[in-house]
Amino acid sequence: MAYSKELIDHYENPRNVGAMNDGDGDVGTGLVGAPACGDVMKLQIKVSADGIIEDAKFKTFGCGSAIASSSLVTEWVKGKTLDQAIEIKNTDIAEELALPPVKIHCSILAEDAIKAAISDYKAKMEAKKEAAE
Amino acid sequence: MIAKTWTQNEPLYLDYQATTPTDPRVVEAMAPYWTKKFGNPHSRNHHYGWEAEDAVEVARAQVASILNATSKEIIFTSGATESNNLAIKGVAKFYGDQKNHIITCITEHKCVLETCRALQQEGFDVTYLHVKENGLIDLDVLKAAITDKTLIVSIMAVNNEIGVIQPLAEIGRICREHKVFFHTDAAQAVGKIPLDVEAMNIDLLSVSGHKVYGPMGIGALYVRKKPRVRLVPLIHGGGQERGMRSGTLPTPLVVGLGMACELASKEMAAEAERLHGLQRKLFEGLKERIPEIYLNGDLDSRIPGNLNISFAYVEGEGLMMGIKDLAVSSGSACTSASLEPSYVLRALGVDVELAHTSLRLGLGRFTTEQDIDYAIERISTEVNRLRELSPLWDMAQAGIDLKSIKWAEH
Repeated sequence: MAYSKELIDHYENPRNVGAMNDGDGDVGTGLVGAPACGDVMKLQIKVSADGIIEDAKFKTFGCGSAIASSSLVTEWVKGKTLDQAIEIKNTDIAEELALPPVKIHCSILAEDAIKAAISDYKAKMEAKKEAAE
Repeated sequence: MIAKTWTQNEPLYLDYQATTPTDPRVVEAMAPYWTKKFGNPHSRNHHYGWEAEDAVEVARAQVASILNATSKEIIFTSGATESNNLAIKGVAKFYGDQKNHIITCITEHKCVLETCRALQQEGFDVTYLHVKENGLIDLDVLKAAITDKTLIVSIMAVNNEIGVIQPLAEIGRICREHKVFFHTDAAQAVGKIPLDVEAMNIDLLSVSGHKVYGPMGIGALYVRKKPRVRLVPLIHGGGQERGMRSGTLPTPLVVGLGMACELASKEMAAEAERLHGLQRKLFEGLKERIPEIYLNGDLDSRIPGNLNISFAYVEGEGLMMGIKDLAVSSGSACTSASLEPSYVLRALGVDVELAHTSLRLGLGRFTTEQDIDYAIERISTEVNRLRELSPLWDMAQAGIDLKSIKWAEH
């Protein structure tokens, strides 16, 4: 099976690898997948006061397609508003990396990771608001 | 990184349990039988036929010799899959009206398991023995499974994924005591460990050509003469191979298998010692440079050409992509269509998480010391790089028990 150049580039030179402090109020963390299934993605976003994703970091346990998918979405979400980021579809990821059919689940997991990070951030905001009231 | 010039930039082959390259000496022995000595070995009326028949009989003796069998007990087949089918189905169909119970083991190759499943559909009872944590069967469990209805026990000599050697002589003794046939799939064992059908009380034994530096597309089945084991053939036709396997024998392939067995007989002891050194060097080298790695299967009751290691927190296929200049295989689900990790590793009780992180490293006749140094360097570099990318590694370092997390399995 031959992988695309884009996929191999993201696998060999993954962008935005790292971790943010989950305790920070402006950080949202998404942890999706399961070790028993062979892939786990951790995606973190740092959101500015006006709702723009300023930074993103990831760490992934999984195959090359899973690593590349999560690397790609960290690039894509940066600079986007939460509403724009939530619109990223797994099909866009699969197309950009030319994922083979058996690897489509990696792109689905990456989409889930974005959604999980955003909802974690929003939950933190809610909790903060409630605490303030 | 060490420059890898000695393989002409081809990936370094470390997958000798998948297949072995045909030894050039084998290819040389086969060559005349494609063109000059092309006769049908079953042609009884002219020189070409006799010449081919002579070559087939030499090969038959060479195969018999490595098993301590006699020539008349060797049937040529297309490979170990056919041999396993013929042994188990052949015996089941011949004796099925007297005894209908088969014993095998859950870590067998698919061709044995699927043959047994097919026989279950036809009304046979099959017991699938579990294995101990080290991959070996428990002899007391085997004994307890035998009933007066048990016809045949089929236990592989050497496992294809984890390389462990089953206690053949003990199994053979138990089978003989209980008057049960003993079949062993020896595809991964021939030429790797000494085999003796007499000393081990083996009644049927499957051989593969391409696992022993012979050609693909040829195998053999040893069928005991005294006491005689009878089989119903799978393939009907001209009655070749004493009626047990019709079809024209492929003389060049048969000659190749014979030569491969002869070379293996002569060189096995020295090669095993050399490979044992390389195996230990590889394992020690990896352990030294990578923390938290786990060997799957027994280390001592194991062929020297195999290691199967889980590199915790790094998924196997992801790792293989990083070491693409090494040709290895993985027990990870992601390498197969099934999405289930290796059933062999699961049978040992290896956690499904760890099964996803396993690599099978197969060493063989053409593996060198330099290859091992290179493999250690490449694997350790990639595992350590991918662990830096792994959220599970971070969590483990932070002392978080991964089992305490409620994962959303998908």
